[in-house]
Amino acid sequence: MASGGEQTTSEYIRHHLQNLVYGQHSDGSWGFAGSAEEAEQMGFWAIHVDTMFWSISLGMVFLWTFIAGAKRATSGVPGGLQNFCEMAVEFVDDTVRGVFGNRQNDLIAPLSLTIVIWVFLMNLMDLVPVDFVPQAFHAMGVPYWKIVPTTDPNVTLGMSVSVFFLVLFYNFRIKGPIGFGKRMVTHPIPHWSMYPFNFVLETVDMLAKPLSHGLRLFGNLYAAEVIFILIAAMLPFYLQWTLSLPWAIFHILVIPLQSFIFMVLTIVYLAQAHETDEHH
Amino acid sequence: MEQSLIFVAAAFMLGLGAIGSGIGIGVLGSKYLEGVARQPELQGTLQTQLFIVLGLVDAIPIIAVAISLYLIFAV
Repeated sequence: MASGGEQTTSEYIRHHLQNLVYGQHSDGSWGFAGSAEEAEQMGFWAIHVDTMFWSISLGMVFLWTFIAGAKRATSGVPGGLQNFCEMAVEFVDDTVRGVFGNRQNDLIAPLSLTIVIWVFLMNLMDLVPVDFVPQAFHAMGVPYWKIVPTTDPNVTLGMSVSVFFLVLFYNFRIKGPIGFGKRMVTHPIPHWSMYPFNFVLETVDMLAKPLSHGLRLFGNLYAAEVIFILIAAMLPFYLQWTLSLPWAIFHILVIPLQSFIFMVLTIVYLAQAHETDEHH
Repeated sequence: MEQSLIFVAAAFMLGLGAIGSGIGIGVLGSKYLEGVARQPELQGTLQTQLFIVLGLVDAIPIIAVAISLYLIFAV
């Protein structure tokens, strides 16, 4: 344990899994929460400052990198940055074409590129040793600081719910309200006596999608973070590398895989919303 | 008493999650090898699909691991 002997293990773990929350105290004043109980009392109108900071600044990093790559693009011998940007764009383009086909849509490929790079960068923060940044902020007087935005369900569920709204939007736009309603009641069993059953089934299916979509990303990253924190809590600092290094190497597989899966599921859900010519 | 119940719950979560995903990933891997043995030229495509499904199957046990470890050490 790097922070000295005054904390117990479970206090250490709980400290590292707590976000920095800004909201209204129970006495009416606004400020940062000093403990987990205070954060809980703030209720709905509280904001996770560390999550917002890291996700927005990583989004900026993504934008700057790709804008710089696009501005310096040449038709001659490409440099490293241009190579990287072209590889990312081509990879996403191939995946979108593979799943979505060649339907007309100007949104889905840029959305997929944003999702895959942004989620990848947010997942990548997991490889920063767990005590580096929280201890640095602790020295500056900030009680809690969590640096991996995707270990906060607010981020992952926020993204998956946004995708869900896009799915609803395209369902209404492509199929029309009547076509969408018809699909909701006729889909698995196209017989009039089964319409209520179909409707319940389709509604559950609809609502389970954003939930599992967001929770999958959150669960993977949260699990990884908890295991890193456990290693840091259990072992003295000179032995930690024996466990955290193999786990980090395994995690190098998980980080791009989960961002890729998040992107593929987004494309699959949006492609389902675009399916019209089905004959049952 | 409560602490030992938490241990039992965590053991169930870890064990059952590992059994389910182990069977799933075993079936997945064997089918993948069969597919590649039949049509080696499809290996690239199949590998991508394999990793997608692997990531989907992988999620549940790893979430169970996280929750059970959290229950054991932090609650």
